[in-house]
Amino acid sequence: MAYARDLTAIRKLIASHKRWDLVFAVTGVLALMIGVLTFTALFVDMAIDGVPRLSWDFFTNFPSRRAGQAGILSAWVGSCLVMLVTAFFAVPLGVGAGLYLEEYAPKNWVTDIIEINITNLAGVPSIVYGLLALGLFVYQFGFGQSILSAGLTLALLILPVVIVATREAIRSIPIGIREGAYALGATQWQVCKDHIVPYSAAGILTGIIIGMARAIGETAPIITIGALTFIAFLPPSPVTSEPPFLNFEWLTSPFTVMPIQMFNWTSRPEAAFLQNAAAAGFVLVLMTLAMNGFAIWLRYRLRKNIKW
Amino acid sequence: MKLSPLIQALAFAGATLAAQSAIAQLVKIDGSSTVFPVTEAVAEDFQKSKKGAIKVTVGISGTGGGFKKFCRGEIDISNASRPILKSEIEECRKAGIEFIELPVAFDALTVVINPKNSFIKQLTVAELKKMWEPAAQGKVMTWNQVNPAWPNQPLKLFGAGADSGTFDYFTEAINGKSKASRGDFTASEDDNVLVQGVSRDVNALGFFGFAYYAENKDKLKSVPIVEKDGKPAVAPSEASVLDGSYQPLARPIFIYVNSKALAKPEVKEFANYYIAHAAKLSKEVKYVPLPDRIYKAGMARLNKMEKGTVFAGRADVGVMIDELFSRKLIN
Repeated sequence: MAYARDLTAIRKLIASHKRWDLVFAVTGVLALMIGVLTFTALFVDMAIDGVPRLSWDFFTNFPSRRAGQAGILSAWVGSCLVMLVTAFFAVPLGVGAGLYLEEYAPKNWVTDIIEINITNLAGVPSIVYGLLALGLFVYQFGFGQSILSAGLTLALLILPVVIVATREAIRSIPIGIREGAYALGATQWQVCKDHIVPYSAAGILTGIIIGMARAIGETAPIITIGALTFIAFLPPSPVTSEPPFLNFEWLTSPFTVMPIQMFNWTSRPEAAFLQNAAAAGFVLVLMTLAMNGFAIWLRYRLRKNIKW
Repeated sequence: MKLSPLIQALAFAGATLAAQSAIAQLVKIDGSSTVFPVTEAVAEDFQKSKKGAIKVTVGISGTGGGFKKFCRGEIDISNASRPILKSEIEECRKAGIEFIELPVAFDALTVVINPKNSFIKQLTVAELKKMWEPAAQGKVMTWNQVNPAWPNQPLKLFGAGADSGTFDYFTEAINGKSKASRGDFTASEDDNVLVQGVSRDVNALGFFGFAYYAENKDKLKSVPIVEKDGKPAVAPSEASVLDGSYQPLARPIFIYVNSKALAKPEVKEFANYYIAHAAKLSKEVKYVPLPDRIYKAGMARLNKMEKGTVFAGRADVGVMIDELFSRKLIN
């Protein structure tokens, strides 16, 4: 008899625990949905306004006072070139710094201070980077309001993200790998080159791309250093038909980027420009999504190749 | 590996543009967002007419920001929605920069209310001052406090943000002192925000450039303005701006050309093109073009390189069109 009573009590207890399980799961899903639905609603709303405006001309036309003829050519080319400069500087610096901090740096208070600083830098508002860049790159170094200045600014902005991602990726490599290599007589550099970097490449690349996806949407620092609003020509082409086939004049060219073009269109009186802004926003979100998707695919590919 | 899409994109851009990469001449312009639509239209047509041989860039950093760059010699032409100030003239002089002042169009600051508002037929400057003066802050909160004949309903004000030339001009014209205004109103640098605000609230009143009213006539009602007692109420329109009766909210907008930059053929050509086509293009972007004689006088000033401003560094209100050229130029 007593045994049966205990059994009912235990069943009740389990049922109650399962209810709480369910409550938590539902709450979790709701919390997740707030973010997902907000994004979906915004994205769909923008797509409804913007997609009818998308056409080949929209990508190959310069901005114009006539909404119907205005396009984003100078904006998307500008965004791509700025990203190229950003990647060129942020990747070696960020990965190098992460590798050094994780593998080489002695564990002492200097390293601690550097670590705290990097974490803090990741939280500094982007406008502060813009002001720093205006003083340093634009005026002090005399780079002017150019693609080079913008690329360097965004490189600084995403540097902490790249460093943190690199360190996380390196930390996930089992210590046994390092010890095995050292046991066979490898130097520290050999360990890094042949084991640490290849094994953490997936995580590092994900971090880089997520950083770049953030940078491509940044507006404030780019406005601060003086990107232009109306620009109906492209920078000189980086690739030429004559030797040496490369041309670096584009680095000093004036430019505009996608978010600025969009911002300008939203402040126009004519409603047709708002449509253009929605279309440009749609393209920008797709660019970001594509970069993030690429990161996921890359991580999957590289993880598959690791054999340990 | 991660760069391959970028490189492809660049190759595309490069292929389409390899032909144009010859070293082009550049005209740099920056300044007021109010003047931007006119300058943008001119820049667009000018570049098309030159087939890309001359490049023009136009930025927006506000009238004040534009003059700062102008006086540092960073740009060739400054867009300005108000005349250059004394402090700015001083700044330019220190850097050895002289300028030629060219009015390019008129803008009518427009006071707007919600279309459902039935009790406002016109507003006097004195009534506007009662609403907007600094002393009204926290005190004048309902319509009947401004005029007892109006209902006891909350007064919701919308206006340009404090960094804009529009705010400077409105406060000067209405409150008698530039930048003197109550602070408890909805301020935005984005005029579309003001349009939305006024169109959604029956008790709202706002002000912005005529172009924004012209594009939103279905959502807003413009208010005729009485300058002084005894004068008729005048609604903003091309005619009332041109004959000088829309006072005190009609304002000329300018470009200032660096006189040294004018030695460069591309800047000279652009400035000439601007004045020659300003009438047509300013109308297209919903500004009021100046009379032909004024553009002719501007062209003459440009070709004779007459430097200086007719405003003596003050923010004048209610300048008549012909005064832009009849007054003496001061360096």
